[in-house]
Amino acid sequence: MATTTSKSAYARLGDGSPAYPDGTPKTLEEEPLVRGNLSFHDVTEMVAVHSEKKTPGLWYLAFGAAVSVAGIMGLSLAVLVWNGPGVWGVNNPVGWGWAIVNFVFWVGIGHAGTLISAVLFLFRQKWRTSINRAAEAMTLFAVACALVFPTFHVGRVWLVYYLLPIPNTMAMWPNFKSPLLWDVFAVSIYGTVSLLFWYVGLIPDLGTMRDRAVRAGRMLRARILGFFALGWTGSNRHWRHYERAYLILAGLATPLVLSVHSVVSFDFAVSLIPGWHTTIFPPYFVAGAIFSGFAMVMTLMIVARKVYGLQNLITLDHIEKMNIIILVTGTVVGFAYITEFFIAWYSGVEYEQYAFINRATGPYWWAYWTMMSCNLIFPQLFWKKSFRRNIGIAFFISITTNIGMWFERFVITITSLHRDFLPSSWDYYTATAWDGLLFFGTFGLFFTLFLLFLRFVPMVAIAEVKGVMPQADPHFYHHSGDGHAVHDLAPYQTDATAEDAAPASPGVAPDAGDPEADRLGDGT
Amino acid sequence: MLDAIRTRLDERANQNVGLLAEFSDPGALYDAVKGMREKGYSRLDTFSPFPIHGMDRAMGLGVSKLGFIVFGLALVGLFLGWFLQWWTSAGPQFDWWPGAITNLAPYPINISNKPLFSWEASVPVMFELTILFSALGAVGGMLALNGLPKPYNLLFHSERFGRATDDAFFLHISKADGQFGRDATTDDLFDLGALAVEYVDHDGATDARALPTSEGNGAASALPEVAPATPSRSTGAL
Repeated sequence: MATTTSKSAYARLGDGSPAYPDGTPKTLEEEPLVRGNLSFHDVTEMVAVHSEKKTPGLWYLAFGAAVSVAGIMGLSLAVLVWNGPGVWGVNNPVGWGWAIVNFVFWVGIGHAGTLISAVLFLFRQKWRTSINRAAEAMTLFAVACALVFPTFHVGRVWLVYYLLPIPNTMAMWPNFKSPLLWDVFAVSIYGTVSLLFWYVGLIPDLGTMRDRAVRAGRMLRARILGFFALGWTGSNRHWRHYERAYLILAGLATPLVLSVHSVVSFDFAVSLIPGWHTTIFPPYFVAGAIFSGFAMVMTLMIVARKVYGLQNLITLDHIEKMNIIILVTGTVVGFAYITEFFIAWYSGVEYEQYAFINRATGPYWWAYWTMMSCNLIFPQLFWKKSFRRNIGIAFFISITTNIGMWFERFVITITSLHRDFLPSSWDYYTATAWDGLLFFGTFGLFFTLFLLFLRFVPMVAIAEVKGVMPQADPHFYHHSGDGHAVHDLAPYQTDATAEDAAPASPGVAPDAGDPEADRLGDGT
Repeated sequence: MLDAIRTRLDERANQNVGLLAEFSDPGALYDAVKGMREKGYSRLDTFSPFPIHGMDRAMGLGVSKLGFIVFGLALVGLFLGWFLQWWTSAGPQFDWWPGAITNLAPYPINISNKPLFSWEASVPVMFELTILFSALGAVGGMLALNGLPKPYNLLFHSERFGRATDDAFFLHISKADGQFGRDATTDDLFDLGALAVEYVDHDGATDARALPTSEGNGAASALPEVAPATPSRSTGAL
């Protein structure tokens, strides 16, 4: 790592040329992960300042809007509990309406965080460091939103504890042979492990924030942060166990993240409904989850890097890499749609064939083709490098992917149910206003939590970003024997000048980073 | 026995008493650790804002034992996952089941005379509980091995030390080290390129020596403060 980055880290800053002046071809891996020639202190400053400064007015505005929308969720839930699930559009053949669609949608989004943290960590993809904190937070909040739906879909929400194996006077136990119960375990344990993973990652950064609060003389803040930082000092004897714990958690979270959406897919695949009873469901659901999760990370990160001036930490290279993952997983998902069609034809089962013809041409054709175009067709734009590195296109595709993945779950759930085995019970399903408002309201919950996160928690993993900078490697320094560093590359800086800190990436307006850089220069 | 525990606790409470040297960068810190170990120091620790690659080896630390804790808890989770499902759906029916804990009694349901329990259908829950217990073991074990949470740490007396979580790199030599001698160790640290060396104990941090050149007055002004601190330290720890 050090040998490749040290070559490119300071000498050239993303001028977009395909090769270095000495003729070495420029590959993706050689791009510096942190731009703008930042020092360790600059990185701390850049991230920490956002939760230390006075709350900006814009944040209050956004928070107020998010809380209001979350209030709509509260209202919809109150109406639901008061009247019963009859306020939703669910009818006789379609017993699983938007509630399940929205549950799978949110759980799917919740996969990217752990994927970025765990899977990319195991594959030594160091570029994950600048986005993993926010992606993990997003995971937690998406899982919280997801849990709203099955919790209230049980009808009598005050008896929801029946789902858990709690000893009770009726000596009743849950049915452990039901995929719906596996879901309870899978999703709740996924939420717990994601929280642990997120918190373990946060401990060193909370220590950083605590020490900054002490130096600023803000003792109440230091006490609160000190409580959560657990007395972290950055001792190497601690880092040793800490890194091992992080590695083990990543190793545990990887099969977990793959199992969660597999178990969610069992809810469908273990039943006998045509269109659901297929073995392709687990891998196809997991690919879809990664796809939708990355799209949501992209949507949030494009906004956050702009608003918080993090263009040097979340660079265009990060966006390009996420776009490649969106392209790959989108194509996998699209391939799965086509495979389903082929298998339906090849199986010779009349019901299975009808289910798929009906999906594409039946009363819900519009949902099917929205899904197809958003998930399979639009991401193909990312074959072109300039599109992958275009913020506008990346943002657009991230939105269409979110829409497409919602429709995927809609198509799977609704089209299979509305034509069941008995034609006399066939019916058309329409969601009601309360379905829509509840779904809309969960976005309020999601953004309320995300805004609180942006305000109070370091949104980029400070310690991890420092760890992937070239000057973090002890061999970066050539010592002349007296312990004083002498290096032939750019000197280790303590102050970022405006030119250095400005985003060097093409496609980002230079004025976006300049005020940030000026402030940084003064603040150090 | 009690004395042994007391000595042990005292040792633990005072392990961070010693000299704290700041270095300019990870490379200098790495070389300093190697240098100090060559000079025979063993009770040393480094503090850095991020884990430094190769530092474990330089400090002579082995691989963390955390994996064994996690593996043990993984087996516990796996067993509990199996036991929970087997017990609730196929557990034995005892006549003598005490009334006070009927809530925990199994409840086998015969469905078409199918077997009451199958391990295949139990795999998802067993797997999930294995992961849950392992993850709790990884986090709890890491904290236990590190002795965290530790709200009081005498190193926090050093104002300089606050930057260890930002951009500063420290080497700490414990007073309990066999080689430790306040002046000699300070010299050794400065020889290896320390930017500044402080003596830290429960009463606070003092300059080990103002500058490497002004040896005489720096050591003289700092030394008297050490002597009275010793008794109060051991009582304070217990």
